[in-house]
Amino acid sequence: MKVIDLPGSLDFQSYDTLLAEASRVDSGKVLFNGRHLRWVGPGGMVNLLAAGSVVRDRTGELPYLELAGVGDVKTYMSRMGFFRAAQGVFAVPSAPVRRSRGASEVLLEITPVTINSDVHKVVDRVQRRAGAILSRTLGYPPTSVVQFSVILSEVCQNIIEHAEASGWVAAQSYNWSKRLGRHVVVIAVSDLGIGFRGSLSDEHSTRFADRWGDATALEAAFIHGLTRFPDSGRGQGIQQIRKQVRRWDGLISIRSGTARIADVPGWFDAPPMQEGLAAFPGSQINIILPERVPDEG
Amino acid sequence: MRGDARVERVAVVAIDVRVLLERCPASLYSHLVTRPTGRAVRTAIEAQLAQRTTTLLSLIDFSDVAVVDFSCADEVVAKLIGRSLEQDRPGNALFVFRGLGAAHREPIEAALLRRSLLTVVEGGGGRCELLGDWTPDEDHVWSVLEARGRIRRGEVQEVLPGRRHRKTLDALVMRGVVLRAPAEGYCALSALISRPDA
Repeated sequence: MKVIDLPGSLDFQSYDTLLAEASRVDSGKVLFNGRHLRWVGPGGMVNLLAAGSVVRDRTGELPYLELAGVGDVKTYMSRMGFFRAAQGVFAVPSAPVRRSRGASEVLLEITPVTINSDVHKVVDRVQRRAGAILSRTLGYPPTSVVQFSVILSEVCQNIIEHAEASGWVAAQSYNWSKRLGRHVVVIAVSDLGIGFRGSLSDEHSTRFADRWGDATALEAAFIHGLTRFPDSGRGQGIQQIRKQVRRWDGLISIRSGTARIADVPGWFDAPPMQEGLAAFPGSQINIILPERVPDEG
Repeated sequence: MRGDARVERVAVVAIDVRVLLERCPASLYSHLVTRPTGRAVRTAIEAQLAQRTTTLLSLIDFSDVAVVDFSCADEVVAKLIGRSLEQDRPGNALFVFRGLGAAHREPIEAALLRRSLLTVVEGGGGRCELLGDWTPDEDHVWSVLEARGRIRRGEVQEVLPGRRHRKTLDALVMRGVVLRAPAEGYCALSALISRPDA
């Protein structure tokens, strides 16, 4: 049996290794070993589902997922709806019996995104829950819940309109004390679709000639707003998300295929473009919105 | 021609987007998000417009809609305006959008800019303004007309002595933000809304 070890902390900074290992699997039984997992973020969870799905599709059987017997991580994953979403992806241990202490603690549980009504559900849930978190925890104005909902709507629609496959979205707030000393809200989206290069190839690859690849496709969409649709009204979703994330001094990154592109704020250290990552299907979007500091105005 | 109509024959109709959204088969939810939802709402508005043979000014009210995303702003507002400017449009349609909060205006403005379109929005206190892609000349001429309500045919040269500004006034008619009544002159859309018979 092939064993894929999960790191102690599985978040947007550490899931690349997981995706790389999953992408190397072609047959046989696979165990995702999460016994050492002590912390998991929304990006970790949705991409664990993506990695499990890829392994399932390649091996033709459900991979196993093993987590430490009891503990905060498992309880948290349960509250985030991970075990429900993992049905059909992993041969999972049963979720902790203890029920959630209340959905209000969770900003947005892991939600499958397949059809348009899923986007409505996401916006509906977030409208009910996000206001207090955004204003009390992050210090954003009360109206920010609308912009936040719009961001979620657009990233989810990116799956439906461009990926040609389903995906997951999740959002949560937590205190990012070590890195930033502030609270953050994290939005994570992952799908198993055709990725940005696949979506744009028919319309735009010719003009890029031999420069065409995952990185140029990401640049085309992320920076220039290109889309596969000839309609001039298309392609603004990502542009507008970037604009809003910049206003909140946030981080946005999109990984697709073998590349990742990002708008990196001053408080974070990462290159704006990474190439040569392990090839993985679909797209993985990560957005981090930090708590406002008083002198930001 | 586009925008030409006798003022008294312009029908004014109020359309509540929330009501259309609730009737929309694509959605059981109350937010204006996703392109299919936007298309369904626009189709419902266009169906109302298609029943009229006279020039119609639609007051499209977003007051009870909490969330409008960029996709829906494009599908509902930008495409509605864009199609009303096409040569083969079914009738003469003018629009004023009302009940727009700051969070609505941003996606709508982005969608209009993307397609180089312009519209009139009614803000607090019934005051109208332009939203979208406009030039300083257009803003000036539109503001002059807006302040006066109407510019009668015989007054145009006096009110807008510059030829460039008079051409701009006609361009605003073509862009759907001014009504031109051949016998009567030019009319601000806000003046149509505030007519006693409107």
